[in-house]
Amino acid sequence: MPGSLVARPKRFYLWTVLLLLTLSGVSIFVGVGTLVFSGLFTNPEALSLLLISRLPRTLAIILTGASLAVSGVIMQLLVRNRFVEPSTTGTSEAAMLGLLAVTLLAPQWSIFSKMLVASGASLLGIFGFLMLIRRLPPEQPLIIPLVGLIYAGILGAAATFVAYQTDLIQYLWIWITGEFSGVLAGRYELLWLAGALALLAYVAADQFTVAGLGREASLSLGLNYTQVLTLGVVTVALVASLVIVTVGMLPFIGLVVPNIVSRLMGDNLRESLPVVAGLGAGFVLVSDIIGRLVRYPYEIPASTVFGIVGAAIFLWMLLGRRSHA
Amino acid sequence: MIEIENLSHQIGGKPILSGIDLTLPTGGVTALIGPNGAGKSTLLKLISRHLSLQSGAVALDGVSLASIPADQLALKLATVSQEVGVASRLRIKDLVAFGRWPHTKGRPDKADHYVVDRTLQKFGLVDLQNRFLDEVSGGQRQRAFVAMAYAQDTDWLLLDEPLNNLDLVHARALMAELKRMALEDEKSIVIVLHDLNYAVAWADRIVGLRGGQLEMSGKVKTVATSEILSALYETKIEVEDTASGRRVWYYS
Repeated sequence: MPGSLVARPKRFYLWTVLLLLTLSGVSIFVGVGTLVFSGLFTNPEALSLLLISRLPRTLAIILTGASLAVSGVIMQLLVRNRFVEPSTTGTSEAAMLGLLAVTLLAPQWSIFSKMLVASGASLLGIFGFLMLIRRLPPEQPLIIPLVGLIYAGILGAAATFVAYQTDLIQYLWIWITGEFSGVLAGRYELLWLAGALALLAYVAADQFTVAGLGREASLSLGLNYTQVLTLGVVTVALVASLVIVTVGMLPFIGLVVPNIVSRLMGDNLRESLPVVAGLGAGFVLVSDIIGRLVRYPYEIPASTVFGIVGAAIFLWMLLGRRSHA
Repeated sequence: MIEIENLSHQIGGKPILSGIDLTLPTGGVTALIGPNGAGKSTLLKLISRHLSLQSGAVALDGVSLASIPADQLALKLATVSQEVGVASRLRIKDLVAFGRWPHTKGRPDKADHYVVDRTLQKFGLVDLQNRFLDEVSGGQRQRAFVAMAYAQDTDWLLLDEPLNNLDLVHARALMAELKRMALEDEKSIVIVLHDLNYAVAWADRIVGLRGGQLEMSGKVKTVATSEILSALYETKIEVEDTASGRRVWYYS
């Protein structure tokens, strides 16, 4: 709402759009098969390479990065803690447990049904996390992500145990390692749903911002706090599951990107959410492009690349925070 | 008018409030005082519906509070809670603008912008309006939250220990502003206070709680006596009139 009072974010929007256009261009033309711009009009093979592989891959990356960053910022506002995201709160691990269960018990189910089961499991995972942190002191912001990481670790260990016992470790590995080399037309379209959820979050941006002021401030403004909390939690669970089912886990995106944007533009989501989404997509694009080039013609998963970069940025954020306080 | 009838509340099996019968008339500043653990904040939270009612009844202008939809209640009653946890990074101007939320539901018009600008002036926040909440002092942040509740433009304003982070200049300024709102804007203000001197100097009425029981309630002039206040706090509290004609309370 108050976003209309200010004209500041325009500069950020412009930079985000420029960054995304450039990176998308690079992502489309970088790869093992040679693709040059002039070839698109003369060479039918080049056009099909674009439509079957490069374009879907680039779109998948954008949708993944944007929706993960958006679900990260939603979670941070609802929990009122800067250091939470699906992979530090057991959300992703719970989704993997659900996916394992459905793979074992009903392997013939469609990918969409499997995704729904994973979403249900990750919803349970988030509720478990919310129950846990209710007992923690709010004035100790670092305890919440630490407890979240332990909780995630326990769920992850359970998933590994089940997968080991049932010879499904390879599946688990595919879900844990987010990468885009397998993305082809017809194999990524579920991600559009994640993109739609991110858009839906933008519609409710003001509600999430108010909820970020805390339960009592929200109630005082007449916000239906439980409804907003539910909407947020369901969005986060669905996005996490959709991404895991299609490309695998990409930790840190939902953590690093919202923190950078919050430093730059604050937490008024009506203003900042487009930049969060754009920068999320940008970071994953860069990681994927680096992953394609480092051991050319082989590939390194985007999640591995971002895992290194993201961990460094996360550490810097943690340490930088202390000197701020 | 807020009518509280036979209100009791328990948290974790422990009684916090028991059998409170109290009427808060429209208009003026009412101070809720009493020693720690008296149940002041709990009473305020029950009136603002941040806690749900366990037993007893609260009515606003004759209508049961529980039957008023949340978005309607937000047009009648604004609350400033005690600050807990980390503040999100909002600009002060945006925060105050969110006070218009119950009226606009996210679509502010010219009148709303006007109210926001006037509120920022009134609370001396114009120079700080583009600063983020985590870049200002605790006292300035507190003032911004009171300003947000003021922008909500409700008949009733409930404040839970708003002087906590304020130095004496700003504490006094805030009390003066609240008093002015009660007089000129005809607001009804209920405020939880720790400092007896502020309560007696600025409030019209005082409600005293101790151990979850209502100890006393009435006009400042009638209840602010050394005996009554000493009994409320179980501490010797002496009163002295200064040369300028002000009353000062000693309890240290």
